[in-house]
Amino acid sequence: MTTETITKPKLALYWAASCGGCEIAILELYEKVLDVADAFDIVFWPVALDTKYADVEAMEADSIDLCLFNGAIRTSENEHLAHMLREKAKVLVAFGSCAAEGSIPGLANTTTKDAIYDWVYHQSPTTVNPDGVVPLTSFELPEGEVDLPEFYESVRTLGQTIDVDYFIPGCPPEAHQIWAVVEAIVSGAELPPPGSIIGAGDKTVCEECIREREEKHLTGFVRPHQIIADPELCLLDQGIVCMGPATRSGCGGLCVGAGMPCRGCYGPPPNVLDQGANMMSALSSAIDAHSEEEVAAILDQIADPVGTFYRFGLPHSTLGRVQP
Amino acid sequence: MTGNNHDPKIVGFLCNWCAYSGADLAGVSRLQSSPSLRPVRLMCSGRIDPGFVLSAFRSGADGVLMVGCHPGDCHYTEGNYRALRRKLMLDRALDGFGIDPKRLRLEWISASEGEKYARVSWEMEEQIRELGPLELQR
Repeated sequence: MTTETITKPKLALYWAASCGGCEIAILELYEKVLDVADAFDIVFWPVALDTKYADVEAMEADSIDLCLFNGAIRTSENEHLAHMLREKAKVLVAFGSCAAEGSIPGLANTTTKDAIYDWVYHQSPTTVNPDGVVPLTSFELPEGEVDLPEFYESVRTLGQTIDVDYFIPGCPPEAHQIWAVVEAIVSGAELPPPGSIIGAGDKTVCEECIREREEKHLTGFVRPHQIIADPELCLLDQGIVCMGPATRSGCGGLCVGAGMPCRGCYGPPPNVLDQGANMMSALSSAIDAHSEEEVAAILDQIADPVGTFYRFGLPHSTLGRVQP
Repeated sequence: MTGNNHDPKIVGFLCNWCAYSGADLAGVSRLQSSPSLRPVRLMCSGRIDPGFVLSAFRSGADGVLMVGCHPGDCHYTEGNYRALRRKLMLDRALDGFGIDPKRLRLEWISASEGEKYARVSWEMEEQIRELGPLELQR
């Protein structure tokens, strides 16, 4: 038994600025998760195992065979662990949309650290903070100095922080995609070149969508709650802003199949740098209007263009954040 | 540098058929255009992807000028209408990003309007001087 443990490849899983959904996605492998436990020696997984940062720190460089890192880089703690795991892991994967593109935590880049602190610790109606206490990076107590990680001004992606070998997009990644990646690594199959996006398709969500498309002549936009959408027809054709044309395939068209527009969690399709710009381009081409007034009236029906087009990729985008 | 003293950088995306010929005419007519404007020739204003505009700003441009054929005159029939829709879409996105949409301008300039090309280049330089340099934070 002991010798078997030693020969097993070592796996580490970590969560930085994330919601925990990526961890649940791994459990969605169901009984196959036991195969993962069989194939790997899991050496670090804060959400499930009682392992400490010091345990990882004590490991030798390149001693972890595979690290699945989910979550964006919001604090100095996130960044510290990213550097530590990069040093200890042979193959490091940005796992899920937060690590790959910044995702929902990255929407904090629409505002500033000061504004976030002001709301969270002073203004929000559920906050009771008469002494105006805010977190400090270090504080002197009679027992000695205590410290907290620094909260950065902007959220960054894992790839903007350290070198990443592979990116698995998705919020969260689909279980069958995770399994395909794990299986490939376990079987010793030849892996794609470093920097590749794996566990996803190479087309757009529209290619996987079951809905019927027509040539687009959009004359207005609606939000999903404003209409009862036809279940057979393309949601964009019905005026709902669906990110399908500007989103990488791989999810199997889950949201559009369930009647909700694609929100863009698999990130930009191949050869597209900026998902939001890609979406702006697609929508501009689909609008059927020629005068400035008509076009402006149609575009004004899109609520929150930056939040909609960059919902999952603001830190990864060309501009990276809203200017303070 | 702030205020009017900086040297503005403006990227101009010009369509091959009207705008670039107009710029050429300005040159052969010996009309001076603003040296702040760096023209990039594309086959059609409909080729100006919103990503080009965002990349220009990210790479240090203080302003971006999009120029196409007059409405109805597009060499490819509809490309300039596409440019118009993208410009109006970009205005909204830039506003959301905290970048003044006045840094982006769309103009229609025909092959015979060399004088207009020169005038627009100076107006644009003046506008960007007024707005000052664009210093993007990450």
